[in-house]
Amino acid sequence: MGPTAYIARRLAYGVILLIGVLVLNFFLIHAAPGDPAETIAGAMGGATARMLADIRSAYGLDKPLLTQLAIYLGRVAHGDLGMSYYFNQPVIDLIAARVGPTILLVLAAQVIAITAGVAMGVFAARKPSGPLSAFVAVLSTVGYAAPVFWTGIMLVILFASIIPIFPVEGMTSARFSGGFVAHIGDVLYHLALPAFTLAIIFLAQYSRLSRASMIDVLGADYVRTARAKGLSETKVVFKHALRNAVLPIITVAGIQFGNLISGALLVESVFNWPGMGRLAFDSVLRRDYPTLLGILFFAALMVVVANLLTDLSYRFADPRIRTGGR
Amino acid sequence: MKLTRREILGSAGALLVAPNFAFRAHAEEPQKGGAMVMVSTQSPRHLNPAVQSGAATGVPGAQIFASPLMFDANWKPHPYLAESWKVADDGLSVTLNLVKNAKFHDGKPITSDDVKFSIETIKAHHPFTTMFEPVSAVETPDEHTATIRLAHPHPALLLCLSSALCPIIPRHIFGDGRDIMTHPANSNPVGSGPFRLEEFKPGQRISLVKNTDFFIPDRPRLDKIIITISNDPNAILLAVENGEADCYPFATASQDIKRLQRNDRLDVTDKGFEGLGAINWLAFNTKKPPLDKKMVRQAIGYAIDRNFITKALMRGVAKPQRSPIIESSPFFNPKIPAYDLDLDKANALLDQAGHKAGSDGMRFKLTVDYIPGAPEQQESVAQYLKSQLKKVGIDVEVRASPDFPTWAKRISNYDFDMTMDAVYNWGDPVIGVHRTYLSSNIRKGVIWSNTQRYSNPKVDELLGKAAVEMDFAKRKALYDEFQMIVGDDLPIYWINALPYHSAYDKRIADFPETIWGTMQSINDTYWKKA
Repeated sequence: MGPTAYIARRLAYGVILLIGVLVLNFFLIHAAPGDPAETIAGAMGGATARMLADIRSAYGLDKPLLTQLAIYLGRVAHGDLGMSYYFNQPVIDLIAARVGPTILLVLAAQVIAITAGVAMGVFAARKPSGPLSAFVAVLSTVGYAAPVFWTGIMLVILFASIIPIFPVEGMTSARFSGGFVAHIGDVLYHLALPAFTLAIIFLAQYSRLSRASMIDVLGADYVRTARAKGLSETKVVFKHALRNAVLPIITVAGIQFGNLISGALLVESVFNWPGMGRLAFDSVLRRDYPTLLGILFFAALMVVVANLLTDLSYRFADPRIRTGGR
Repeated sequence: MKLTRREILGSAGALLVAPNFAFRAHAEEPQKGGAMVMVSTQSPRHLNPAVQSGAATGVPGAQIFASPLMFDANWKPHPYLAESWKVADDGLSVTLNLVKNAKFHDGKPITSDDVKFSIETIKAHHPFTTMFEPVSAVETPDEHTATIRLAHPHPALLLCLSSALCPIIPRHIFGDGRDIMTHPANSNPVGSGPFRLEEFKPGQRISLVKNTDFFIPDRPRLDKIIITISNDPNAILLAVENGEADCYPFATASQDIKRLQRNDRLDVTDKGFEGLGAINWLAFNTKKPPLDKKMVRQAIGYAIDRNFITKALMRGVAKPQRSPIIESSPFFNPKIPAYDLDLDKANALLDQAGHKAGSDGMRFKLTVDYIPGAPEQQESVAQYLKSQLKKVGIDVEVRASPDFPTWAKRISNYDFDMTMDAVYNWGDPVIGVHRTYLSSNIRKGVIWSNTQRYSNPKVDELLGKAAVEMDFAKRKALYDEFQMIVGDDLPIYWINALPYHSAYDKRIADFPETIWGTMQSINDTYWKKA
């Protein structure tokens, strides 16, 4: 199958999947107990029966569920994700303001996890019974076992309270005033702890995986041949071995993208990072169905796109896959 | 505290005084400039307090919008947008004389027509329907005079014209025919107050900058107020301790308050919440046996140790509360029965009510609900009730609700025996107290109505009279009698005032400590000299 046909088929699957996500989430969320009108009334400090009826009517909550679904799907088809019950603003605007911080957090965590994880794995693989290898094994066990919200809180206590070198929360300093470059610096300063927190769990996986993969590859015939040719150890490890060892990492990185987003939800709550995860968390509590549905839709979209990109990068990294089937 | 009728009403002679908003003397010359970063756990839906109650909208709303009057820490009204006012001798009208140089943030003048529009909007859409219910008309004889006509005297009217309750909103923005409840300007308002909106990021941050064209000279003193929103109280504490934020105006958890009090950099005060009058209480479903019997409710009252709750569970930072009217209010009656802990009396009353203990020592079962999300004030007290009421043979099951809507649905549909609740006085009993006890306010499906289904014709009569009595002493006498009756009927066992505290950087001077605290314009606050 050529790359165009392949991408087209994957895109079609993606669209079907997204429609399924929308419909399933719509029913799941509406099956949960709790009336959004009551939440709005509670936030208002109470409401009369007339006000409650007005709220239900304004948001179409007085219509049958299937009618609500039909209206919703029709709107989504036109690029309209509806209005937030709570903020009374277009959901698309709320998500647009949040999607950037989430992508920044997720990508930063992914980059940290892959680079640090692979580097640790490679160095550990060179001496499988050495101390670094043992350290990687311990780190991966601890990193994988520790809940991300706990790690986050511990890092906050350590680096924002005991040794206050990082900010406690947020994406920018409230008092910040400065130019664009200083703004980037301020964001990166705030990004450090949440990105590292989110990275830890995946760093553990990647380091373990690359360690195993590297040990495997370093024992292969072509590595022995490369060494016999008199190539430097650095060249052998990084040019010959690593390229082959990295394939499983790419696969896992793509599969893990969904987990990364769900991990971001928790990390954003701990660090008050203004991304989609925190908005999702708040929307669940507020019974803000349109916002929640919009976020889930966007999250699914991100996962679909990430998986597609993973497949494509896999084809790029391994010529056997690129030419397979021919 | 004694207040004269004149002080309460500002009537005869009208307070024709120059606006004086600095209620405190200063040892040093107040500084100008600087930003103050506030932190909050509450995320406002929008920024228009004309159609939304609560502190989340009230705090930024009071900075964005000016109101006709403001109140000081002694419940005394002061001029604001109205430079003077006069209450008619028959109490059936109030005339406001507006300052002449006030402008909205878009440069358009603030006129009496905007006052009329604002009052009519609040009357039609604000959840506190009693605030402007008696208003029959608002007349505007000229651009700077508004006369509020009343169907009957309304002693709470001046308070209802103060900050947090009566923002003056522009007709030329909000009166364009669109639904005010969902109006886009609610989130991007053109205001009339000391600060204009710079940025509103829902659920994240509200940035307000000084209104350089504000009608009060040399105010506000601060250049900027930034409200950052976080739903993690621990992160908020760390941010205040680290100096990332300068003040935390609504701290409630006792361990947080204790921790903030230990910080040398911070001042911590419980002033500024008298207007809110937030009461934590246990409500009884008075139509459901055995709680339909007064003796059973009284027995439960005697079995609960209010002092244990405030001193042990809440570490002494909460004040005991034994009345429907907050004890810091001038209408509080200290003679109301306190129901001091007396297990013998509780047992005797239960026996007398016909609920003898069985062979296992138990008499009957009850459930207690609580509002989720407020562990210390609600859930831990509910858990305490379970163990405490067991001592008098009442088997209490603590019933959790997964979220607020579930709790609200149960309570407002009378599907409960007892429930913990937290309800606010909102400055005057007419606004926040009557709603819980009037039999006319038993409205199924409506939370914070009379969900106890308490009905006593004498109480209805007293509250009806108090709602129209303009003489302070006579009105207080009516509320005194009301408190004695409900204190005996006990449809609710009042436990404590919510321990709201504000923590702020010691270098901040004139932190707002009027009855509305930060829900009134922060005009005077400034940073002391470094």
